Amino acid sequence: MSNAYRTKNSTGLINKNKKINFTFNGHTYHGYEGDTLASALISNGIHLIGRSFKYHRPRGFLGVGVEEPNAMVQLHEGNKSEPNIIATEVELVEGLKAKSQNCWPSVQFDIGEVNNLLNRFFPAGFYYKTFMWPKSFWMKIYEPFIRKAAGMGVAPLQPDPDRYEHNYEHCDVLVVGSGPSGLASALAAAKNGARVILAEDKANFGGSLLTDEVTIGNMSGKEWANDTVAQLKSLPNVILKKRSQVFGYYDHNMTVMIERVSDHQENPSKYTPRQRLHYIRAGEVIVSTGSIERPISFGNNDRPGILLASAAKEYMTVYETLVGKKPIIFTNNDTAYSTALEFLKNDITPVILDTRNNSNGELVKEVKQKGVNIRFNSGIADTKGHLKIKSAVIGELDKDKENFTSLESIDCDCICMSGGWTPTVHLSSQAGNKLKFNEEIDAFVPDKKRQRESAVGAANGSFTLNQSLAEGFQVGFDLSNKFTDNNIVTNTPNSKEPKYEKHERLWCMPLPQGKTPKRFIDFQNDVAVSDVELAIREGFRSIEHVKRYTTLGMAGDQGKTSNLNGLQYVSNIEKKIVPEVGHTTFRPPYTPVTIGAIVGREVGNHYLPTRKSPIHNWHEENNAVFVAAGLWQRPRYYPKESENMNDAVNREAANVRSNVGICDVTTLGKIDIKGPDAPEFLNRVYTNAWLKLPVGKARYGVMLREDGMVFDDGTTSRLSENHFHMTTTTAQAANVLSHLEYYLQVVWPELDVNVLSTTEQWSGIAVAGPKSRELLSKLFPNIDLSNEGLPFMGLVDTNIDGIFARIYRISFSGELAYEVNVESNFGLHMWKRIMDVGKAFNIEPYGTEALSTLRIEMGHVAGAELDGRAVPFDVGLNGMVSKKKDFIGKRSLSKEAFTSEDRQTIVGLVPLDKRTKIPEGSHIVENDKVASPVPKLGHVSSSCWSVEYNNPFSIAIIKDGKNKIGKNLFAVSPLKDISIPVEVVSSHYVDPDGERVRS
Amino acid sequence: MLEIKCPYCGKRSQNEFSYGGDATVKRPTLGEEISTEDWDNFVYFRDNPRGKHTELWHHVSGCRQWFKASRDTATHEIFDTCKMNEALNE
Repeated sequence: MSNAYRTKNSTGLINKNKKINFTFNGHTYHGYEGDTLASALISNGIHLIGRSFKYHRPRGFLGVGVEEPNAMVQLHEGNKSEPNIIATEVELVEGLKAKSQNCWPSVQFDIGEVNNLLNRFFPAGFYYKTFMWPKSFWMKIYEPFIRKAAGMGVAPLQPDPDRYEHNYEHCDVLVVGSGPSGLASALAAAKNGARVILAEDKANFGGSLLTDEVTIGNMSGKEWANDTVAQLKSLPNVILKKRSQVFGYYDHNMTVMIERVSDHQENPSKYTPRQRLHYIRAGEVIVSTGSIERPISFGNNDRPGILLASAAKEYMTVYETLVGKKPIIFTNNDTAYSTALEFLKNDITPVILDTRNNSNGELVKEVKQKGVNIRFNSGIADTKGHLKIKSAVIGELDKDKENFTSLESIDCDCICMSGGWTPTVHLSSQAGNKLKFNEEIDAFVPDKKRQRESAVGAANGSFTLNQSLAEGFQVGFDLSNKFTDNNIVTNTPNSKEPKYEKHERLWCMPLPQGKTPKRFIDFQNDVAVSDVELAIREGFRSIEHVKRYTTLGMAGDQGKTSNLNGLQYVSNIEKKIVPEVGHTTFRPPYTPVTIGAIVGREVGNHYLPTRKSPIHNWHEENNAVFVAAGLWQRPRYYPKESENMNDAVNREAANVRSNVGICDVTTLGKIDIKGPDAPEFLNRVYTNAWLKLPVGKARYGVMLREDGMVFDDGTTSRLSENHFHMTTTTAQAANVLSHLEYYLQVVWPELDVNVLSTTEQWSGIAVAGPKSRELLSKLFPNIDLSNEGLPFMGLVDTNIDGIFARIYRISFSGELAYEVNVESNFGLHMWKRIMDVGKAFNIEPYGTEALSTLRIEMGHVAGAELDGRAVPFDVGLNGMVSKKKDFIGKRSLSKEAFTSEDRQTIVGLVPLDKRTKIPEGSHIVENDKVASPVPKLGHVSSSCWSVEYNNPFSIAIIKDGKNKIGKNLFAVSPLKDISIPVEVVSSHYVDPDGERVRS
Repeated sequence: MLEIKCPYCGKRSQNEFSYGGDATVKRPTLGEEISTEDWDNFVYFRDNPRGKHTELWHHVSGCRQWFKASRDTATHEIFDTCKMNEALNE
């Protein structure tokens, strides 16, 4: 019968007019608007939701919110599928599909349950003890098997189709949790004029006020909550967020909150994000996160239908759902009696077991007055019922409460247990708060704060409504007063709630005589009392060790319901008080967060920004294949018709050598350097001399780090007396700028120099090849481009079509070459003009692959050689190092290790067969036949197909390279399983004397 | 994520900055004779204190100024920041 487990009275939070259909394990059910997946299932009589992690025991709901350890489900299907979702946190939405996890073939009949029968073979530390030997079995046999058996949900294999957003917020006061103390804090702070954000995890504001029968002022608790929320909504300085969990508290009061924006909407707009991650930098954080009820350990206390008393109450008072019709209430304190009263309102009389000898609390009296028999000094020893609780073995406890004096079995369909309350201190602890133990409530509470964080209400251990409201109003006002001068005090209203008597310090029931049923502490990780006993018996003393050995509190719920019971049990065995045992550390996230929300919109093309040259569209139109160079997209090659990459690259490179090629070099880093001390500065930054560089000339320069390693290279030109134009490699552009700024601002502030990146202001076009002069002369007929008019390393300013253009005679290809720079906006125009005129000279564009081929043939070093491990000597740049002046990194060059003769230095390699291309990264060895480890001489840094000689050529860095020229060695690539006999040659393979660039 | 007060721009999130190491290290003067040991100390060796640390930060995604900060390496509390030519309030 559907929805048979509904309460008589309406709570106003369930809309019975809006029926919602959903499926669970393939069966269709319905619930109503306002239900969670948990309340909808329970109202249909379903408690069995999954199987436990280790023993595959049938499990049901324990809680009603974030504390739930058992009820994890797989939601949705296909690319929207999501594992390990807590059913108590899922709002019901039309068409929702959920299924059980960690069971096969079904949740009713799960093969893995054999683990339960064999449970005595699976004690704490089982995996550590069993799978140690043989070592080689771990990766291939044990680990995959364990993973399969102890699996959680299944991660979807397709990309997440949903949209997630990030938002950055600032506020004076962030209030986390909207129970009485949270609402009070928010109201006091907001009325005093502070900018307030109030975050509530659930779909309704109010926290315990939604479930507790209390009076505030002349209103019920629920009315006061509604009234306060209405007041807050009317204030412009308040942001109210429900369905929003603050899950992380980081340094400098940075908190992170996840908002479930459209998970509960039937048809969200495609532009509505599914979830939104808020980074909130708060002036002050008020932690009003309330408290979580503690379970009690007793035999088989994990059967479906056994849950927290507060959860049972919330299902009734918020979700109009009965967790059962034949309840047992089992408690060590007064608060569970409010659950009994809710059952009584539905004409259900519970059996009440109280471990205490007596209580005269107001709720207890009220229950007594209604004629309910309370069995004091009693407890539960064991339970029965495979897929759902059917009966409990209960009995009276002896004087020391260490044994049962008598036992009897009574039927039931649910057990509502209460072991008292644990303040939710997670956020305070994450913020660095040193917790202290409060013996009055037997729990840890925040104490010494490290950040601007204040706990109020139950989270602070203040369990009465009076205290909660008083703290909330006071702290809310005090903290807001740091940000405003208004001094507006909001008075604390009077409140009325039942008086409670003290709980009993008893959280673990004795075993029934002669039996050893499991008494669970940590439900999610299947840790029982016997596991903790074993850990201590085996000598684990530190609570951190007990935790790791038993995995107590290490599951996804981070021990929300189990930590304190575990600590308590260790302290009982060790005969120590809990604060001496200590506690483990809480870490973010407080609740599991979807990876998609953390990633936000930074996926696919938005993962990184893309930088494009102004000529990019032309490259696209001309069939360029692009390659990422840092953030830049650069043309790699321009294939024609059926050409493959090798064909295209060889054609492009050969055309540069024989005719003329054009290459987009806009991506090179460019830095404008100005100031009277600019020449002196360059002289300190570069290894070579710069003071005497004439105006209108460029010079190649190498810069080092202080440790002597080559940092970057490039040409820098003197535009006027105190004005230079520096170029850097594409990859190091940003680092070089930071490097220059560091020396100017930190080390030599006395130098009068300014630096500015102009990478994006200039578009650079390389025109290279023997016909480049002819081409440019035709394009710029007014300037003298002869070898005398514009010699190698010269530059000239000119105009074309009314555009300013600067022509440098510099070359990376080793050919006669020029680089034309124009303002970025005119880059495309300039490119097209050169292409037009170039047609007559067989001009062709070339990409980064051909660019590499040309520089490798010439033995020009680039990133692959300048890998941060090379001093100038290693890469043939010793000639660039001035002996006369000091510069950054010079002192390092005279260190013993950097002057050693057998350093690895640059050479060229040609395969003996003149056919086999040598893979980059290959090792160079003298003899490839000896047993490993083979002594390694060096490695191959760059490889190409030489278009000049029509055979492969590589650059390598090998030990004592200069003296190896002429020798035959082997290039070995174990990855490709090849060994190539090679001859060592000079790295300057083509035009070793550099005649072409000067021609 | 830290909140760092750039002496030029005011409070900004840590992701606008890059860290520049110990601010008390002084680069040897150019052209100065220096022993290998002293040079190595300058290039490689840094203290790694727990507690107060005077360090450099670069407002790399902002005004691009280098500046000094006094920070507790254990708690991340930043006591003061100042321009390179100013003294930290310590």
